[in-house]
Amino acid sequence: MNNLIGSEGDSQRTLYPYVTGTSVVGIKYKDGILLAADMGGSYGSTLRYKTVERLKSVGKHSIIGASGEISDFQEIMRYLDELILHDNMWDDGNSLGPKEVHNYLRSVMYNRRNKFNPLWNSLVLGGVKNGQKYLGTVSMIGVHYEDNHVATGFGNHLARPLLRDEWHENLTYEEGVKLLEKCMRVLLYRDRSAVNKLQIAKITEEGFTISQPYALKTFWDFTAFKNPTVGAEGSW
Amino acid sequence: MTASESMPHKGGFSFDLCKRNEMLAQKGLKQPGFLKTGADTRATEGPIVADKNCEKIHYMAPNIYCCGAGTAADTEAVTDMVSSQLKLHRYHTGRESRVVTALSLLKSHLFSYQGHVSAALVLGGVDVTGPHLHTIYPHGSTDTLPFATMGSGSLAAMAIFESKYREGLCRDEGIKLVAEAICSGIFNDLGSGSNVDICVITKGKQEYLRNYMSPNPRTYISEKGYSFSKKTEVLLTKITPLREMVEVIEGADTMEE
Repeated sequence: MNNLIGSEGDSQRTLYPYVTGTSVVGIKYKDGILLAADMGGSYGSTLRYKTVERLKSVGKHSIIGASGEISDFQEIMRYLDELILHDNMWDDGNSLGPKEVHNYLRSVMYNRRNKFNPLWNSLVLGGVKNGQKYLGTVSMIGVHYEDNHVATGFGNHLARPLLRDEWHENLTYEEGVKLLEKCMRVLLYRDRSAVNKLQIAKITEEGFTISQPYALKTFWDFTAFKNPTVGAEGSW
Repeated sequence: MTASESMPHKGGFSFDLCKRNEMLAQKGLKQPGFLKTGADTRATEGPIVADKNCEKIHYMAPNIYCCGAGTAADTEAVTDMVSSQLKLHRYHTGRESRVVTALSLLKSHLFSYQGHVSAALVLGGVDVTGPHLHTIYPHGSTDTLPFATMGSGSLAAMAIFESKYREGLCRDEGIKLVAEAICSGIFNDLGSGSNVDICVITKGKQEYLRNYMSPNPRTYISEKGYSFSKKTEVLLTKITPLREMVEVIEGADTMEE
């Protein structure tokens, strides 16, 4: 009991994140779930790593996207791999669906938070099982919910308004990707820790696919950008 | 406020009314020849909505309007002060005020107060040199932009602008875009709400569209008002005699006086 927030336990507790990933955006579409995340791992204000895969598949039915501390995400993947392994060892024809995985993650995150040693991540968990689509999110303090569209980090402020306006039931794959790209483009313009190298992951009843990394087109040719001090030479 | 500029020739901008807020969502759009600014109408005092329908778009000159986010008193006072200075300057020079004049007056005032005057402004106008749109931050830095947003709802509004803005929007498309951006702030940000004000400024003309959209009406209002029937209906008359309670104390002490 005396080691709860004691001095001896401090070196083992996560106090602040070091290498972080920025937002993840996810939507439900006609055939399943689409997640988008860029491949940046920032070390404070430096964009240190530019090939960090923040979208991974979990078992046969789910995909997970993480923002926040990358090492904690790797730890979470170890926990999930063990979970899926034990599930397979039962060899009973049943497999954990996205709802179950989401619940497991929620427990893990909340319990770590109660011990003042959180896994410093915001996770997006999506999947399809038996035709049922599921998309949810868990934060580092255990806040969890499911919805038709979710986002973490800056995505909450920049992507959510767009998703609330433009998401609708039965988006096709192309429409879904276009909507995600729209959100990722705004994030690229306005989030300082975003990099222009993203992946989009898809999960349907058939299985999991993840795109090759690619870059978005940006537009910088507004006339006001070209000549901002017209009429007031020398100002800024 | 978010503002977007397209082309400098026609000059004109529309201002959407901004509501004074602790955290205002301001948006303005500059259109080719049009300058449109918009604002919501919510003023907050911490978690409480102090004014449901305030005016956030301030007059600076007949051809220059300024939307203010931040502390309402600061935005009001600083815009009034610069507006007076501009008027005196107009008398002195005999010419129409220029946007950069207002910009310089505002930024030097705010800088000298080192950020303690908490006014984040979106300044727009059309003068002889064309349409201009600037943002001014409380510490005194300024930007010149095709579109801008300020305030707590600025990210929600900026998301709309970044995805939908393009050059060459006409007047109505521009107004629609600004209104959409402000609505994004109103519905996705807690510090913004109520109605949308729009101001459109073009060369020689300005149009102040107060409460251009009211997407938050009061529901469940009875037009007839509420009436309660004055007659009281008698359902039953029954007389129940009250029994008198008599306490008989035998052999007790006398009462204390």
